[in-house]
Amino acid sequence: MSVTTEPSAARDHAPVGKPNPLFKNLSAKLASIPMIITALVVFVGGTTWTVVYSFTNSKLLPRANFVGLDQYERLWSTRRWMVSIENLAIYGICSMILTLIIGFTLAALLDRKIRFENTFRTIFLYPFALSFIVTGLTWQWILNPDFGLQNVVRNWGWESFAFNPLNDPNTVIFGILIAGIWQGSGLIMCIMLAGLRGIDEDIWKAARVDGIGTVKTYLRIILPMMRPVIITSLVLIASGIIKLYDLVVAQTNGGPGIASEVPAKYVINYMFRAQNLGQGFAASTMMLVSVIIILIPWAYLEFGGRKRG
Amino acid sequence: MYLKRIMAALAVSAALPMAASHATDLEVTHWWTSGGEAAAVSELAKAFDASGDKWVDGAIAGGGGTARPVIISRILGGDPMGATQLNHGRQAEELIEAGLLTDLTEIAEKEGWKDIVNPPSLLESCTLDGRIYCAPINIHSWQWIWLSNAAYEQAGVPVPTNWEEFVAAAPNLKEAGIVPLAMGKQGWQQNGAFGVMVVAIAGVDAWKKVNVEKDAETARGPEYAKVFEAAVKAREFAADSNVQDWNQATNMVITGKAGGQIMGDWAQGEFQVAGKVAGKDYTCLPGLGNNQILDTAGDAFYFPKVDNAETTEAQMRLASLLISKEVQVAFNLKKGSLPIRGDVDLSAANDCMQKGLKILADGGIMPSGDQNLTPDTTTQIEDLMAEFWSGDMSAADAQSRYAEIIESAE
Amino acid sequence: MVDSALNNAAEPRGPKPKRAFSRANIFIYGTLLLVSIYYLLPLYVMIVTSLKGMPEIRLGNVFGPPLEPTFQPWIKAWAEACTGINCDGLSRGFWNSVKILIPSIVLSILIASVNGYALANWKFKGSETFFTILIIGAFIPYQTMLYPIVIMLREIKLMGSIWGLVLVHTVFGMPILTLLFRNYFTSIPEELFKAARVDGAGFWGIYFKIMLPMSLPIFVVAIILQVTGIWNDFLFGVIYTKPDTYPMTVQLNNIVNSVQGVKEYNVNMAATLLTGLVPLVIYFISGKLFVRGIAAGAVKG
Repeated sequence: MSVTTEPSAARDHAPVGKPNPLFKNLSAKLASIPMIITALVVFVGGTTWTVVYSFTNSKLLPRANFVGLDQYERLWSTRRWMVSIENLAIYGICSMILTLIIGFTLAALLDRKIRFENTFRTIFLYPFALSFIVTGLTWQWILNPDFGLQNVVRNWGWESFAFNPLNDPNTVIFGILIAGIWQGSGLIMCIMLAGLRGIDEDIWKAARVDGIGTVKTYLRIILPMMRPVIITSLVLIASGIIKLYDLVVAQTNGGPGIASEVPAKYVINYMFRAQNLGQGFAASTMMLVSVIIILIPWAYLEFGGRKRG
Repeated sequence: MYLKRIMAALAVSAALPMAASHATDLEVTHWWTSGGEAAAVSELAKAFDASGDKWVDGAIAGGGGTARPVIISRILGGDPMGATQLNHGRQAEELIEAGLLTDLTEIAEKEGWKDIVNPPSLLESCTLDGRIYCAPINIHSWQWIWLSNAAYEQAGVPVPTNWEEFVAAAPNLKEAGIVPLAMGKQGWQQNGAFGVMVVAIAGVDAWKKVNVEKDAETARGPEYAKVFEAAVKAREFAADSNVQDWNQATNMVITGKAGGQIMGDWAQGEFQVAGKVAGKDYTCLPGLGNNQILDTAGDAFYFPKVDNAETTEAQMRLASLLISKEVQVAFNLKKGSLPIRGDVDLSAANDCMQKGLKILADGGIMPSGDQNLTPDTTTQIEDLMAEFWSGDMSAADAQSRYAEIIESAE
Repeated sequence: MVDSALNNAAEPRGPKPKRAFSRANIFIYGTLLLVSIYYLLPLYVMIVTSLKGMPEIRLGNVFGPPLEPTFQPWIKAWAEACTGINCDGLSRGFWNSVKILIPSIVLSILIASVNGYALANWKFKGSETFFTILIIGAFIPYQTMLYPIVIMLREIKLMGSIWGLVLVHTVFGMPILTLLFRNYFTSIPEELFKAARVDGAGFWGIYFKIMLPMSLPIFVVAIILQVTGIWNDFLFGVIYTKPDTYPMTVQLNNIVNSVQGVKEYNVNMAATLLTGLVPLVIYFISGKLFVRGIAAGAVKG
């Protein structure tokens, strides 16, 4: 799913000789109307609306009563928001690294011409079919200290075994991470596998001739060749991370206390429970800004890099 | 099955030809989904269906937090439900100002709601600029502790009659392997319990100073300090309570796994569904046994404005039905809440409800937090409480942060 | 031609292992089996829990097999569990979900495939800009868009109808799907397109005669992603429809969140599995096609 741009001249099949540039390529433009409307009206329009109203003191209903940066000042002095940001950072970094490592390792293992490849692949992929609500509930259940994993291991005789991440404010975000990776890593594995299958057989032959070991080949030669695949994976993982909400609600509901709060949950709570739309919009604007900050370097790498080549 | 339904329909249309010809489907949204709540709602639905209209149930589980965006979006989107539950108080003001809710003043005046509804503050919460916009349906009060008689018997101590005795008995319960205080791990429950402790320990005047006048000095003062220290103790008592939902916590009391729970009178409905008898299986102490005073929050139904005249008429019929004596009795007995009118026969009510009715009749009432604090302030306090109850925040820290929130409250 | 190339793409390409029981093989299978436990454990827990009675659950071993298997929780979840005053379980939402799912899939995939095709083969001024906006749109938390969308749906008079919801699913599925189709169509050999142009085929002619017939794998991927997303959606379903047309997930939420006395974990798990069944079945049967489609849509281009 890498967003790459072909050199545009090669793909520009517009009929020549038409005088008005507006009618050039008319069918394509007409066919793109739904996309243009979605992009402009829904995404640009909707987010602009949100940003504008983040400067108001809207409560239950959106009202254009502007109060400057008040909502932002309050946002950044709220402890819960800071906790949310910190949690998202920890979750985001760990989830990105672990998902990539697990996804790539599993894909590489499956690529070793093994038996039962289909079975293993289905096993790794099926959690992706389940919603975050389901994922959260199930893992909450497994990690429950009274009848879950901890209890079972203790019943085996290891009395002092302690594994209770969800009830400790310091570890709860890792409990959520376990569930998040379980749900999402299969898809990344699939994409990586598809990427590995796209690597030319000759590379392997050359590596073998040079006497480079299998693991080394994967890490030194194959991995760098998979850059577009990895970028695609990163985009997918990152878009999931920023939206992290359902999983937390189902698994811990932000608890214990506010230890596992995340920004999306802050936004929703303030919009709907606290009936302070302005505050919710300010928080979502901050999320949007951080997305754009992350996406701009990526877009530059993708689009800018191509132009040079 | 089908035949029965047709027969029933025929019977209704024969008896009430007028009503039947008006039969209208009315979608009603609410978040009453626990056992006792669902039983109470079905009383409303039964009564509405019997009058010839049809109650289309739009239950959304997960509490107000899940249901409210749905309700507001539907109303904003111009395709609203026929009626919806909302806590009255300050929540609906903006919807009224935006002209999105039906004015009930006409029917309210015709039926004389002003003279019926008691305490009058309930109807006042429904009123904006002299017009009435909601039908109050019950009175809920937070100021209760529910105690398991079996748990105290097992621990070999008498059932407490006030907060001090409760605190004194807690170590005995712990020894017997019983959780002294059941507490769901959600901010609104922890905040609610804290509010109850304020009234019982610091007194209602201090409570009013902080919640009504937003006086941060009182919130920093010595009376509130006592409450925060008591809350630290309560936190220890509840340390082994590992449940989330309020009714799971209630269930701990019902089954004798916990000594008590500070929770509003809606907990009563759960005891009833479990077949427990007030006074025999469980004990309730209004005001934690320390003072006989109840707040008068409650639920109310609002009726979004619709274009369809028939639906508007059906809304009026439902509004009038909700206030009616029969429905008030049937609904509130199941819900465990108190009726909004004093002129109904509640001899069927149990021990706890009778206690509540008596306090109400004696005028031991106070305004509710919902009516005084904005949801925004409440949410901030709930966040603080969630953090306080789950961690090891000291009483002093919690108090100063609490006072800050009160200071900035509108 | 493309089809056979894709076929190859889905075959293992790594070097052939020499012996069946080499140390490397033991390591590979060992790791895979171990990891499989992590992935399968929750499914196992869900299934065994859903087959237990409540007394057995209170005994407290989530991993123990059911001593007295019972299908009662499944029956209850499907047909008896209560939300509010309606006690007919998930069954009332199943057909609603289907009714929402099918038009949403058809419309969203149709639009996204045309978008992708236009972006890949018929670039026009600004098309990349719109596309970039679309991709950034994939990162916006849905919840912040609720009110603007309520207002938009109100203006086009679709609030509360199934078609409003279909439109919402189409809009929010568009970024990722468009990306997939765009990358896929970019990977189709240029020569085919040029030849068709020489023959005088236009935008739609090429789309229907050349592109569509070659696009089975990517359509499979798109369908799978959309089935998963739309079937599991709760937020949009509950806000943009009404009780008569609520999807199954609304009932699931109601069952899981309405605690009547004790939490009935067995019924919750059965309800969860029942709701997840449709996407799960699709995953299990589509298997290889999914990887092949991903290979084409995600990797190439």
